[in-house]
Amino acid sequence: MVRRLSVVDLNRCTGCQLCSINCARRFGVGGLGKSTIHVKSAGGVERGFVVVVCRACKEPAPCARVCPVDALKSRKGYGVTLDKDKCIGCGECVEACPIGAVFWDEENNKPAICVYCGICAKYCPYDVLELEEVKTGGEVN
Amino acid sequence: MSQFLPSSVLYVDLSKHLYRVRNRQELFEKYIGGTGVATQLLLEECEKGADPLGPGNVIVFAVGPLTNLYPMASKTVAMFKSPHTGNLGESHAGGRSAIAIRSAGYGAIVIKGVSESPVYLAIHEDRVFFRDATAYWGMNSAQTVGRVIRENEPGSGNRTIMRIGKAGENLVTYANLVTETYRHFGRLGLGAVFGSKRLKAVLVSGRKTTPVADRKLFKEVYETLYNQQTKSSALQKYHDLGTASNILVLNELKGLPTRNLKQAWFEGAEEISGENLAEKYLGRRVACAHCPVACIHLATLREPYEDEPYFYKTTMVPYDYELLYALGCMLGVSSVTGVLKLIDEVENWGLDAISTGVVLAWATEAVQKELVTKEETLGLEPKWGDYKTYLRMIELIVEQPNQFYKHLARGVEKAAEKYGGMEFALAMGGNEPAGYHTGPAGYAGFYTGARHSHLDSAGYGIDQKAVGKTQELTAQNIANGLIKEEAWRQVLSSLVVCFFARGVYTPEIVAKALKTVDLNFTENQLMETGLKILKEKYRFKFREGFEFKNLRIPQRILETESPHKNIQKEIIEQAIELYAQKIKT
Repeated sequence: MVRRLSVVDLNRCTGCQLCSINCARRFGVGGLGKSTIHVKSAGGVERGFVVVVCRACKEPAPCARVCPVDALKSRKGYGVTLDKDKCIGCGECVEACPIGAVFWDEENNKPAICVYCGICAKYCPYDVLELEEVKTGGEVN
Repeated sequence: MSQFLPSSVLYVDLSKHLYRVRNRQELFEKYIGGTGVATQLLLEECEKGADPLGPGNVIVFAVGPLTNLYPMASKTVAMFKSPHTGNLGESHAGGRSAIAIRSAGYGAIVIKGVSESPVYLAIHEDRVFFRDATAYWGMNSAQTVGRVIRENEPGSGNRTIMRIGKAGENLVTYANLVTETYRHFGRLGLGAVFGSKRLKAVLVSGRKTTPVADRKLFKEVYETLYNQQTKSSALQKYHDLGTASNILVLNELKGLPTRNLKQAWFEGAEEISGENLAEKYLGRRVACAHCPVACIHLATLREPYEDEPYFYKTTMVPYDYELLYALGCMLGVSSVTGVLKLIDEVENWGLDAISTGVVLAWATEAVQKELVTKEETLGLEPKWGDYKTYLRMIELIVEQPNQFYKHLARGVEKAAEKYGGMEFALAMGGNEPAGYHTGPAGYAGFYTGARHSHLDSAGYGIDQKAVGKTQELTAQNIANGLIKEEAWRQVLSSLVVCFFARGVYTPEIVAKALKTVDLNFTENQLMETGLKILKEKYRFKFREGFEFKNLRIPQRILETESPHKNIQKEIIEQAIELYAQKIKT
């Protein structure tokens, strides 16, 4: 079973960014710099918000495909894991992600990749997010 | 010596288009951040006796050591010399401003000088750009300015865009600064100070992380605060109906200023109540960054176009208690559409809603009493509840086509000095009051609070607790209560903790939270620091000519019954005197 994050109801999002801040808090720091989830307004606060999360793409994921040193490995067929030792910080993965869900950790000069732990969903006060199982049935290979 | 404080202060000189960064760790160690640090920067940088709208005035923004780390520590404190009162100016706002400033790497930003031509500042972490704002100057809506800058600059989701409207450009002394569309540095005319510096907006963006000294303690304190904030009944009110829930509460108490405080209850209270708005108009709820409460309530206003069938304009309008009071009952407006249109109007021009409402209320009475002629109002005859005339007058206050509107644009006291009607000109210390006709403590709080705001010391809370026990409201009790509350609030606003979370951020938890950034204060030291900061604010006030004896008490507040019956002038005066003694020692 492979899990990934899902934005279940964007209309309930208040833009509080507790998801992003708690994501970064895994590293014992404050702020948004190490977050792998991003909240922005949908063209002004009056229109609500957009939450960008990693979709855990089916292998081969676009980010992994472009990595020149194979630092991004498939995670059980869906999503990726980052081998920080291998990563050379070229940033190709950021460019390759079609939804902008590969973020950049400026302090380490490496990508920030979602580990699908669900801490963001746990701290969302309004149930915007949830950790779901990737449904593998019926997909075209 | 703590390495975990937001010690970098960005100094921007608009006259020379130059900037530099200085480490001011000593200020943060002694005065925590926010109000405490901003007061010192104001004392240092604002020229003594400066014209508030001249080059000698400065704008200071400051955040605190808990910003980015703990929930609800997301306010930004702005300090400046106020063009409205001619003295200490201080205003707070949330939105994303505090998170953005700290994530850009700063604890405070000081802006001085005057730009030769209109500019906006784009502060992207270590780089500061002076962008040409000529094309933005004169735009009809502060919202449009926000939209254009949003599209032209990077950093979406990690930034704040603070901007003024036309009221700020035209130096209305109660023009505000809008951030993230619906949050405001509302009071005391920061918008006009921006306008006088030809500064249209300040954008700040960044993604720098904030380290802590003790990760284990950080985790522990975070859990405590988060759990209390999401489960506390004290915050439930702000969460559900928002501050608008106060309309019915104050109406029931008979402390809701109505029609320029000719009475203190409103027959249309049900209509403009938080309950009614939530049921019929609430369209969206929004939060400041890192706050689970989401107190920002947006109403949906749907209006048909008169010239074209089946064309509608749908606007999201923010509402809060103070706006519903000032532009609702204070003007006798019970039509929800009317109140929402008035709110939308002040939003677009960038005006402080409280001062605007009180000014219009005074003007209505002044016209009725024939202190002002029809010629002076340019043919307008304001009447209680007639929101269409008020909409037109708001525009004229911004445009200032003649002497009458020029005076209205400087507040109720300046207008009454010229045209008379001082006895019903509602201003305390030069600032128009928030909507609490609760009793003597409320007013003593307006007079003594360092910025003459209801939020300084919340005197209305003292009145409300004493309902049915008026004898407890002695001058001594009032003065003691006010100074204690105001001193503690200096700690909260130095931490930049939202006052709505004051029940959660107790001295005990604050001391513990500060340990995570290696700042050691005992609970007693925190209290002492609060009082010290308050006295420092008064140091600025006295330096700029403030005197307690000049405070004016308008007859109207004594005539209209409050929940404590008719307020005795002597009690207010004695409370002010006792407060003054404590401040001066």
